[in-house]
This record gives sequence, C-alpha cells and structure tokens, in this order.
Amino acid sequence: MKHQFAMRVGPVGYRIGSAWRAPVEQLAALYAGYPGADVPDFTVRLGPPSPWRRWLRPAVALAGDFTLPDTAPLPLAHALLAAEMGMNLQVALGHRRHLLLHAAAVERGGRAIVMTGESGAGKSTLATLLGARGWRFMGDEFVLLDPATGMIHAFPRLVSLKNRAIAAVAAALPDARFGPLLTGTPKGDIRHLVPDARAVAAMDDPAMPALLLFPRFGEAAAVRAVAAGEAFVRLTQASTNYVALGERGFDTLTRFARDVPKVAVDYPDGEAAIAQVEALWAAL
Amino acid sequence: MSDGATRFSAPPEGYRIVALDELSAVYHRASGITHVVASPAPEILDALSGPAMSADALLMVMTIRYDLADADAAALAALAARLDELVAAGLVVATP
Repeated sequence: MKHQFAMRVGPVGYRIGSAWRAPVEQLAALYAGYPGADVPDFTVRLGPPSPWRRWLRPAVALAGDFTLPDTAPLPLAHALLAAEMGMNLQVALGHRRHLLLHAAAVERGGRAIVMTGESGAGKSTLATLLGARGWRFMGDEFVLLDPATGMIHAFPRLVSLKNRAIAAVAAALPDARFGPLLTGTPKGDIRHLVPDARAVAAMDDPAMPALLLFPRFGEAAAVRAVAAGEAFVRLTQASTNYVALGERGFDTLTRFARDVPKVAVDYPDGEAAIAQVEALWAAL
Repeated sequence: MSDGATRFSAPPEGYRIVALDELSAVYHRASGITHVVASPAPEILDALSGPAMSADALLMVMTIRYDLADADAAALAALAARLDELVAAGLVVATP
C-alpha cells in the first residue's frame, strides 16, 4: 500500500498499510517509542471500501491476514480506531505462541496481577491507574500466557479509553500522551493513551502471575474468593484461542486457574479499587 | 444402555483430567472438547480406567472404593444416568 508503518508490541510484529497518509502518521507518532518489526507477524491494511471512497466521504475498510465478514467501514476520522481494531483482530484470530486472555495486567517485583472481565468492568482504567502508582503496565487488552513456563508476556498496545474513563484517566495522568479524541464511534467516545516509557522499555520482560482478579465497576466495595472451577470456565470464555491451542491450551489454562489465587472485586470508584488491590497484594 | 450386558471402559490415554476445587476439567483428546464435570464423574472415569465392566460391576467397585452404603436401585439409576452422559461425551466407551 502507499503508506506503511511497522512496529512491535510485545512479541507481536505488525505492518500497517494505508491508502492515506494521516492514519500512518498518527500511528507513527503514538507508537514512536516502540521498536520496529523486521519480520512482521501480521499485516493490517486500511483502504477505501470502494475506489471513489478514498476521496468522496472517505471511509476505512479493514483488511489484513485475518478479517471478520461484514465489518462496517469507519469514517476516515476514525482510522486510528480501525487500525487498533485490526491489530487486535490479528492477534485474537492468528496468534498461536501463547494462550490469549482478554485481560489487563500490571507487574511489580516480577509478579503480576491479571484482571479479566466483561467490557466495561474497568480493566483498562484499573490497569492504567495502577500504572500511575508504581506498577508496571503490561497491557489492557490481551495477556499472553506462555504454555512452556506459565509466565505472562506483556502486550502494551495503546490503551483504548472509553467515555467516562477518558476524563478520569486524564485527571490521574496529567502528563500522559493521548491520541485525538474520537467522538461518535460505535463504542462511544474513544481516546487512546500511550503507555508510559517504562511499560514499553520493559515489554519483553515476562512476569509470573501471582493474582487473578475479576473486577466489577459500579458496585459497593466487596471481595470474594473465586473457586478454581469457576475461574477456569470464565477464563475459557475470556480466551480467543483456547480451542485452537488444543491440549496445550488445556494444560496452560488449568494450571493457571488452579495455581494462582483468584478474587472477585466489586468497586465503586478507582480510588477504592486501588486500595482493595493493594490490600489483596499485601495479603498474598 | 446400562442393561447389564453392556460393558464400559474409559482408557486413560483418551483424556486428561485436572481437579479444580469441587469441579474437574476434562480434555477429550479425540474431539478436542473440554468438559467441566462434578463428582461422581471423575470417580467413574477412574473406576473405568482398567478392563471394561458392566454398570452393575461399576456400582460395586464404586461402593467398595467410596464406601457407599446405599447402593440400591435408585443409586444404580443415578449412576447409569451419569454413565450415559459420559458415553454421550465420548469419554466412556460402551461396548454392547
């Protein structure tokens, strides 16, 4: 394609091609601190759904190594969102080296907290706020569980903040770098946050999972132990490639669900959540 | 299915099982499907890991192993129901 950009997020190398210059320039600016990708694992292509839509009401259709049928094109102003969706999709459908969990993670002292839950549970916000309190941010979308070692690998792509979380994180991280505010997307308002330099510099350092949290935002503060069987079932639902990995995935996920302490955390706001998480961590 | 003549077996190489607190996860190698089961399914699989046996013999083995005092007709029916589920899942092989 006419404009190209390559970079690596954790163990995953990407090549992004675009029919327009602007999306590639936006990506290059936001991913400026990331290493390049000599041999990309995946390609994402941003192009017009039909030739004239490159200029006339320009719209971005997603293409790449892996695609979903019937994905609606996005306006060119939302090209950054399209690129991020495309990058996530490649990993979700194509990555086989690790067991993928739809989860966020932070690390301290070589040990990590993995947070998983439905969209809106507050994974991204919580991981970002913990990142501002001395934890190393490892990712807010995918946690990569290594079948050989049981360790988790970081995938610190841009943090996709939605709606209310945008202002909350901007207030907590006044010096952070943000992408443009994208209004009226299919997911509401979205603004991308660049993970801090430490998260990027240490993204090749794996960590041993020490705590698995099931956070839930908007409830009165409560903490409940989660049994291994329930955690296993919820984790199979949170994994995009559990079935594809076969017995290797089974061994990896049962070990994780059995060996790591598991806690469901309801929290009313970010400050309460951080206090709850720190208390759980101190009690390990 | 469990009419007394049918014999059942669950070769251990056909699956992997991991205890997860009160539940167990079972990976069925032939289908690649994961089943989450509760007691007495893991105990049945274990009892059927050797030579094939009838449902009556299985109940006897279970009674001795797990000290079940009430091995009556109702217990046999319940066991047969669990056994049928394991056969349907492919974890237990039924030989008429």
